[in-house]
Amino acid sequence: MILSSGERARRRIVQLAGRLFLFSVTSVAALAVMAIIFFIARDAVPFFTAKGVTEFFFSTAWYPSHQPPQFGAAAIFVGSLLVTFTAVALAVPPAVFAAFCLSDILPFSVRQVLKPVIEMLAAIPSVVYGFFALTVVAPFLQGAGAWLPGNFEIASGVNALTASVILGVMALPTIVSVSEDALQAAGRELREGSYALGATRAETLVKVVFPAAMSGIFSAVLLGVMRALGETMVVWMASGNAAQIPKPWYNLLQPVRTLTATIAGDMGEADQMTGSAHYHVLFAMGLCLLLFSFACNLAGEWIVARQRKRLRGG
Amino acid sequence: MKASWFIALLVAAGAAAHAEDKLVLDGSTTVGPIAKAFAETYMRQNPGVNITVSESGSGNGAKALLNGTCDIANLSRHLKDTEQKAMEEKGVKPVAHVVAFDALPVIVHPSNRVKGLTVDQVRDIYTGKVANWKEVGGGDQTIVVISRDTNSGTFETFKEMVLGKDAKIVESAEYAGSNGGVRQRVQMTKGAIGYAGLGFVDRSVKALEINGVAPSAESVIAKQYPISRELFMFTNGEPKAESLAAKFLGLSQTEKGKEIIEEIGYVPVPAK
Repeated sequence: MILSSGERARRRIVQLAGRLFLFSVTSVAALAVMAIIFFIARDAVPFFTAKGVTEFFFSTAWYPSHQPPQFGAAAIFVGSLLVTFTAVALAVPPAVFAAFCLSDILPFSVRQVLKPVIEMLAAIPSVVYGFFALTVVAPFLQGAGAWLPGNFEIASGVNALTASVILGVMALPTIVSVSEDALQAAGRELREGSYALGATRAETLVKVVFPAAMSGIFSAVLLGVMRALGETMVVWMASGNAAQIPKPWYNLLQPVRTLTATIAGDMGEADQMTGSAHYHVLFAMGLCLLLFSFACNLAGEWIVARQRKRLRGG
Repeated sequence: MKASWFIALLVAAGAAAHAEDKLVLDGSTTVGPIAKAFAETYMRQNPGVNITVSESGSGNGAKALLNGTCDIANLSRHLKDTEQKAMEEKGVKPVAHVVAFDALPVIVHPSNRVKGLTVDQVRDIYTGKVANWKEVGGGDQTIVVISRDTNSGTFETFKEMVLGKDAKIVESAEYAGSNGGVRQRVQMTKGAIGYAGLGFVDRSVKALEINGVAPSAESVIAKQYPISRELFMFTNGEPKAESLAAKFLGLSQTEKGKEIIEEIGYVPVPAK
């Protein structure tokens, strides 16, 4: 078909307009991220210029409503990291195992039922998890102390362990789902190739499929880390919110306070109560959370890229 | 000409409306809920009246009364000497009206042997000096200190009346986001101690006697219960009978007003 030059120009303009539209829609997401970083940083900087960084990062005295206020957030950072990594440590082994079962071991019909059930864990609102932690897990843990050897006293059921267990359950569906996708993506050819070489099913899973899906599983774990780090409602309800570093630091049976819970709990009247430093310190915490997630994300991308390169090269 | 007359009339009417139908309240966040509920009730009963309530804190309320930017200042404490003096110098005559009492029962698990504590003992527990119930006459159990979050008025009250200015709450203290949350934690935790508004104490927890006095509406009104205080509304001079301010303040003595106060969790002032 021969088009007149006018028709051709019109088509080109329509095409250009379409592209421009799609580009701008895509940019909105990127711009939103940048805007969030910008506005949080804008409100975080006044805190650092007024109070410096030493107290914030190295002191554990968190008395924002005291006169004069103290903004030592070290214990809160430790609380966030402790709860996050315990949650992920608890969630990863069962999650990866479940992913293996779902992708390679269980029959198709069982898988069809189990996968939606696991994914349903992600649909439960976090406040419901918090309520569950408060009314079921906490009293159970307090009672459990008496059965442990040495009549161990668990004074408060609301502590780092309770929060971690619940966060672990919440991170579970993310890790299972993404890991399972990674295992599936390893492909049928790879598995059949392995069987053809005389490997057993177990050998194929452990020595062929697992290494091939490694980078995907790693991204799944990182997603789990970010899920646990960013969760707010559950830790606000179940961690006890005590701004202390547990003694010793790995004692999960003591209450801790996390960055997210502090932001949520203190935001209410922070500005009015003690002047603006209390308000800006919460943004400083938000900025740290954001940068940490960012670093996690970048590290994940980097490791995945390296893994891919190695697999291709090998 | 006609138009300017009209405008003058409007302005005059506006000024009159300002004097008669408008009431501005400012001050304490503790008294604020009462003022807001009163304002809502009053405005529903008297359409056309405009009452605004701001909650900028007791200190700012006193300042607003001094500067004439509010008609009624809400304070959860008495005027400070400096505030009283500044007002006298400016010709403002603050008159205190007690609208309600506020009390904070200290609560423990029902199985706790301890019946009562002194204010000093409560302070020692919250500052971490006392860490086991056996030190204050209870069983051998670690004390789990539970506080309201530091943003709440309840926390401020407790801090003022029990801890004092310089005391800091022990680092291991847990924080709960609501009065109900504190009660829930206490009823589930054997070694716990907490505090909550009078309206939140039920039989699932045990309210301690403080300095030998059990918290109740009666003991609060008789000023025997130590962790309690009066909530004030201050006016500049005694409000004229039948004025809007007088009618508004009068609400605290009506059945409806008392109901509101009890609902918020405070103790209404008995009729004189």
